[in-house]
Amino acid sequence: MSRRKVDKTFKISSIKDLPCGTYGKAMQLTETMEGWRNEAPIIDEKTCSLCNWCYLVCPEGVIYQEDKKMKIDYRFCKGCGICAKECRKKCIIMEREEK
Amino acid sequence: MKTKLEQEEYFYGHKGCAGCGGSIAVRLALKVLGKNTLVVLPAGCMSAVGFVYPQLCFGVNALISPFASTGAMLSGLYVGAKALGLKDVNVVGFAGDGGTADIGLQALSGAIDRGDKIIYICYDNEAYMNTGVQKSSLTPYGAKTTTTPAGDRIHGGTYGRGSTSVKKDMFDIVTAHNIAYAATASIGNIPDYIRKVEKASKMQGTSYIHVAAPCPTGWGVESSDTVAIAKEAIDCGLWYLAEYEDGEYTLNRDVKEFTSVKEYLKKQNRFKHLTDEDIVAIGCQRDKKWKSLRKKAQ
Ligand SMILES: Cc1ncc(C[n+]2csc(CCOP(=O)(O)OP(=O)(O)O)c2C)c(N)n1
Ligand code: SF4
Ligand SMILES: [Mg+2]
Repeated sequence: MSRRKVDKTFKISSIKDLPCGTYGKAMQLTETMEGWRNEAPIIDEKTCSLCNWCYLVCPEGVIYQEDKKMKIDYRFCKGCGICAKECRKKCIIMEREEK
Repeated sequence: MKTKLEQEEYFYGHKGCAGCGGSIAVRLALKVLGKNTLVVLPAGCMSAVGFVYPQLCFGVNALISPFASTGAMLSGLYVGAKALGLKDVNVVGFAGDGGTADIGLQALSGAIDRGDKIIYICYDNEAYMNTGVQKSSLTPYGAKTTTTPAGDRIHGGTYGRGSTSVKKDMFDIVTAHNIAYAATASIGNIPDYIRKVEKASKMQGTSYIHVAAPCPTGWGVESSDTVAIAKEAIDCGLWYLAEYEDGEYTLNRDVKEFTSVKEYLKKQNRFKHLTDEDIVAIGCQRDKKWKSLRKKAQ
């Protein structure tokens, strides 16, 4: 599945770049959220049963199943730890990130 | 789980706190309702974290409404979509507890009265979180907020005990309107919540879903514990799962033996100050509530 694209080069250089009226494009992403994180979830593929529970409980929607694997879009994971706590197989650990 | 959720994410890259319960409720509802959905968000965390220009995190057509107007704008969008001949669109609002039970109550009442095919979802985090945790009428008895502080240096020496009023029951208020469909839900029971959103999308009239959505920031729990604490609220009987359809009440889960209210409360910073007496009082409120719930669902 394709993940949402981010345009980090987006810049407002003049008032003309601002949307006309109080609206803008749907799903316009210009920055990522990995800097919010202290710990990152790591899924142990061997014990994971692909039950999709972590996918459901994630507030960010960053966990998804692809090619019979659970994957994480680390660009937007804030490291809240809900997935690790809720995984019934206990196959997700939170690993401290070095900055 | 049987329900088919859309693969696509329609609420992505938002700036909600890590572990935010409200964003789980919004994200999942949009995955049930899909691309052809029009969304109304009044002032509150979900609009504040979803639209921080230029980061715009809704993948469907989403509008911010004036605080008091979620219900009115939902009706307007519904008739607008109809006038344009749009088919199979869902019109959904996500309002907080303050935006629903206090500020937007009359607009919601009017919308239910008109009976348009709209879905109103109240994500209840039990205070005005976006402005820094002020008490709303859905803040439970005893909870510490910035406007209901706790401690012995409050009000010239009288001991502050947190909120002194009991949580308003929005489910009762809404069902008293004879609404087409109403339900309570929780992010502590996701399959149940998804089923209810799906059901609401198939109703012909107005639907109201009240989803408990803990806020780690305002409640004082770990970011990893929001789903677990929501589940514990159901287990100890301080939240309930029910439905109302065609004038009939259903209690989705009649909890036979409640877990400890004290344990649930003491895990949260906002209840740390409670005395044993306060906790007994909360237990009594719970028992009274369940008596009336069971009577209605008979
Ligand atoms: C008319 C009006 N009054 C006050 C505000 C300030 N305000 C913005 S968000 C907010 C809190 C909303 O609380 P709630 O509805 O419970 O949603 P939450 O932030 O908890 O998600 C307030 C008071 C406003 N935007 N408009
Ligand atoms: S303050 Fe609470 S409701 Fe608001 S974004 Fe943070 S966790 Fe979510
Ligand atoms: Mg709130």
